[in-house]
Amino acid sequence: MTADNIVISVKGLKKAFGENQVLKGIDIDIKKGEVVVVIGASGSGKSTFLRCLNCLEDPTGGSIYFNGVDIADISVDINIHRQKMGMVFQQFNLFPHMTILKNMTIAPIKLLKLSKTEAEDRALSLLDRVGLKDRAESYPRQLSGGQQQRVAIVRALCMNPTVMLFDEPTSALDPEMVGEVLEVMKNLAKEGMTMVIVTHEMGFAKEVADRVIFIDDGIIAEQNSPKEFFENPQHPRLKEFLAKVL
Amino acid sequence: MSVLKFATWIEEAPNWLLKMPEGVQKFLFQLYQTFIHADRWKLFLNGLKITIIVTIGALILGIIIGLILAIIRTAYESITVGKKPIILRLLNTFTLIYITIIRGTPMMVQLLIMGFVIMVPKSDTATLMCGIITLGINSGAYVSEVVRSGLISIPKSQSEAGRSLGFNFYQTMWYVVLPQAIKNILPALGNEMITLLKDTSLVSVIALRDVTKQAQNVQNLTYNALVPYISLAVIYLVMVMGLQKILSMLEKRLRKSDR
Ligand SMILES: Nc1ncnc2c1ncn2[C@@H]1O[C@H](COP(=O)(O)OP(=O)(O)O)[C@@H](O)[C@H]1O
Ligand SMILES: [Mg+2]
Repeated sequence: MTADNIVISVKGLKKAFGENQVLKGIDIDIKKGEVVVVIGASGSGKSTFLRCLNCLEDPTGGSIYFNGVDIADISVDINIHRQKMGMVFQQFNLFPHMTILKNMTIAPIKLLKLSKTEAEDRALSLLDRVGLKDRAESYPRQLSGGQQQRVAIVRALCMNPTVMLFDEPTSALDPEMVGEVLEVMKNLAKEGMTMVIVTHEMGFAKEVADRVIFIDDGIIAEQNSPKEFFENPQHPRLKEFLAKVL
Repeated sequence: MSVLKFATWIEEAPNWLLKMPEGVQKFLFQLYQTFIHADRWKLFLNGLKITIIVTIGALILGIIIGLILAIIRTAYESITVGKKPIILRLLNTFTLIYITIIRGTPMMVQLLIMGFVIMVPKSDTATLMCGIITLGINSGAYVSEVVRSGLISIPKSQSEAGRSLGFNFYQTMWYVVLPQAIKNILPALGNEMITLLKDTSLVSVIALRDVTKQAQNVQNLTYNALVPYISLAVIYLVMVMGLQKILSMLEKRLRKSDR
C-alpha cells in the first residue's frame, strides 16, 4: 500500500444494480484528518459511493484499501473493518427499543469487549460534548430530530473509528435543527477526524471541507479545494449544478 | 373398582342434602363422584401437570426451532449479490420442506407417526418427551412464519445501522432486529401459544395421561359425561385466560419505549 497517511484508497470502484451501472470507476485517496465533501445531483450515486466505502453495498468492481486491506474482497471479514468506520445516516437510524445510553454502549460492550462502566463513561462524556448528557436514559423517539442525529454521531464515535462517513446528515431535519448538527461535525473536523460527507450544505462545505468532489455519470467529474471548486468550476455539469444550488 | 351408586351415596348423605330437590342431589352426586370419590381430583391434577409440562416444553422448543428457521430464511433472502453459500442453500431448502410438511398434515397424524413409527416410546418419561418434541416441532413451523413476518416488518435501515457499527448478521438480528420484531409479533405469537396449549389435548393418542385423558378416564369410571367434560372445558378456559393475561402484561412492558 501507499503512504502511511492515506486512510482509504479507492481504485476503480464500480457498482451496478442489475443493468444500472451507477459507479463506473471511482479513484480517490483520502488522507488522515482530511474532510472530503461529496456533492452531485440526486440519483448520481453519492449514497452508493459512501455505502460502498464500508461495503453496505458490495462493490461489483475495483478495490477499497482501508488500513492496507482490500475490503472490497469478499473473503475479508468486513465486520472488523466496519468497527473502525463510523456511519451516520440521513434518517438517524437509532435503535428505538434502546435508551440513548444503550444505543451508544451496546456495540462497544459486545464488540470491543469494554466493561459496562467503561462503555458508559465513554458514552456519557461524548454525550456531554454534544450537550445531551441529561438525555442518556431517554428513548430515541423522545428526542427531536437534531438531538437524535447528534446521538447518532456520538454513537458511531463510541467505537473510536478512524473515519466517519456521513450520508446527508441534515437532509431529514427541520431547518432550525441543521445548525446544531453541523456544529458537532465542525468540531469533529477540528479535532482531526477523517470524514467523508455527502451533503447539500454548500456553506458547510466551503467552511469545513479540505476537498470537494463532484460525482457525475458514475465518476468523479471534478475535485478541488473548496475555494477553487466553488469559485472556479471547470466541468460544464458542475457549473450547471452549482448555478442551481447556490 | 366398583361404581359408586347414587342409592348408596344418598344413604350416607348429611341431613341438609336430603332436604334438597332431587335434581340438585343428582348434580352434587355427580360432582362428588367426579372429583371427591376415590380422590379423583388427583387424576385431574396429575393430568393438569402433564398438560402444563407438555405445553411449556413444546413452547420453548417451538420458539427455539421457529427462531432458527426464521433466521435461516431471512439470512438466505438477505443475500442478493453473488452466490449464496451452499450450506445456507441446503438449510433453506430443508426449512421449506419442514414447514410444508408440518403445515400440510394434521397434528393428530404427526402424533401418531412420532408415537408409533419414529420414536415409539416405551417408558412414561419417553412418552412425555415424545409429546413435547412432536408438539414443539409442530409449533416451530408456525412460529417461524410468525417470526419471519416480524423480521421483515423491521426497516432495512435498522439492520444497516447495526451492521455499520460492526455487528455481523446474526448479532444484528439478535440485538437490533429481533427485539423489535418480537414486540410487533407478540399478539400473533400469543395466539400461537394458546393454540399450542389447546392442541396438547391431542396427546392422549400416544397414551399420555394429560388432563383431557384423565377426564375421559373419570367418565369411564362414573358413566357420567356432563360433569367431567364441562369441568375440563372450564380448566382449559381458565388456563387460556391466564395465559392471555400474562401476554398482555408482557406486551405493555415491551411497549414502554413507544411512549
Ligand atoms: N438498493 C438499490 N437497488 C437498486 N438500485 C439502487 C439501489 N440503491 C440505489 N440504486 C440506484 O442507484 C442510483 C444512485 O442512487 P444513490 O446512490 O442513492 O444516489 P444519490 O445518493 O446520489 O441520490 C439511482 O439510480 C438508484 O435508483
Ligand atoms: Mg443519497
